[in-house]
Amino acid sequence: MGDKKKQKLQPNQQQYQAFQQKREVKRPIFKNCIKAFLVGGLICLIGQLISTFYIYQFNFTEQTAGNPTIATLIFITMLLTGFGVYDRFAQFAGAGTAVPVTGFGNAVISSAIEYRSEGFILGVGSNMLKLAGPVIVYGVFSAFIVAIIKTILRQWGGF
Amino acid sequence: MLQGHQSWIFTNRPTILSTGTVGGPFEAKGKIPEAFDILHEDMWLEQDSWEKAQQKMLEESLQTTLKKGRIEKEQVEFLIAGDLINQMTPTTFAASTSSIPFLGAFSACATSMESLALAASIINAKGANYILCAASSHNAATEKQFRYPTEYGGQKPPTSQWTVTGAGSALLGQNGDGPVITAATIGKVADMGMTDPFNMGGAMAIAAVDTIEAHFRDMQIEPSYYDLIITGDLGHIGREVSLDLLHERNIPIEAEKYVDCGIAIYREDQPVLAGGSGAACSAIVTYGHFVQELIKGNLNRILVVATGSLHSTLSVQQNDSIPCIAHAVSIEARGGNL
Repeated sequence: MGDKKKQKLQPNQQQYQAFQQKREVKRPIFKNCIKAFLVGGLICLIGQLISTFYIYQFNFTEQTAGNPTIATLIFITMLLTGFGVYDRFAQFAGAGTAVPVTGFGNAVISSAIEYRSEGFILGVGSNMLKLAGPVIVYGVFSAFIVAIIKTILRQWGGF
Repeated sequence: MLQGHQSWIFTNRPTILSTGTVGGPFEAKGKIPEAFDILHEDMWLEQDSWEKAQQKMLEESLQTTLKKGRIEKEQVEFLIAGDLINQMTPTTFAASTSSIPFLGAFSACATSMESLALAASIINAKGANYILCAASSHNAATEKQFRYPTEYGGQKPPTSQWTVTGAGSALLGQNGDGPVITAATIGKVADMGMTDPFNMGGAMAIAAVDTIEAHFRDMQIEPSYYDLIITGDLGHIGREVSLDLLHERNIPIEAEKYVDCGIAIYREDQPVLAGGSGAACSAIVTYGHFVQELIKGNLNRILVVATGSLHSTLSVQQNDSIPCIAHAVSIEARGGNL
């Protein structure tokens, strides 16, 4: 794709892009990775604490504590998004706040808030999953493929 | 009067009679709060949507300009204005409430200088006595349309820019005390095949360079003619790219005389990454700051080169490149020799 795009460029365009790229500030990938690792880990640690809390304080097992834990994390995300804090924190944390379930929650909630001005049906209803929709579509699709592979291996492979 | 290939010289001295600028809370904390006539504490301006808030700011800017110019809106023949929102509805609604005959102008963030050049040209040809020209943008409305919801936590790269919330307008007349529009150069669309909508400064730099080069070629003057050459919203990266490119093309512009509205409007410690952008950026900084400097006598001649990237969300999603444009307008303090 990248090569195909480059081939279509005129020589003066290629020259300009090279000229521009030399002066472009690059994304600090290494720094971003470290920050994402630490913040993402911290969110997981909080999740683990919530999960442990549910197991010891209520009648949850390790298997059933997952859902209330996720709900709690999303609830916290909702508050932070609504108060306008989450996006500022995410600019620092990057993938650290995007990859855990909080990132998914933020994508849904921020869209719901943003499109409120277009009404509940065409605004909130149809735009709420604008960003999170692809996650659901490809999440379900890849789960389906993996499940088929697993079933085939079980049936004929005898695993 | 046509001069060279793509420039106009205005011999009848169209004059900036007054200006009006409105900004939001983030701009109030910026580097030049004194450039604003009205500053709002609230991004919503007590409206139901970001788009309506933008409309309100534009209306306030037009009213302020008229009030400062001591001109009734019935005396104004035309309003030339534009913004970035789909089909420019904030501008259209503001034009509807002002009920001044309206010409919509779109050059994305270069709309400010497109409207000023057109207004000056009409005034110069005696096609009107008074023309209002304006540009506006709203950070949240623009983010919503071009990028992500306001509260979405996406990490922006260091090349991205911050859309200015505000509106800027100017009233042009046949004669008066204000600074004079002496010339304008209309830019060509420049497309270098750049595709990253988070690096508009880098994409637009070439448009600014082309227009500046064309201006000096058409006018047959040297860059030293101007006290300042002011670009619209190139930001840190676009400014550096364009300055280096100008030097490579043997156009001797001194670095300290080459300023950018997107850098001038915010403080360094504000989280704007590469700088400010948006249709309001060049309008506010030009009308609210540099034109005032001309009036005070701190500057004599400036060339404002507003830059715009003309992509849409659709064109970006379809993997199209980002076409860019720049328009230059030369403004001189009264008493200039042209």
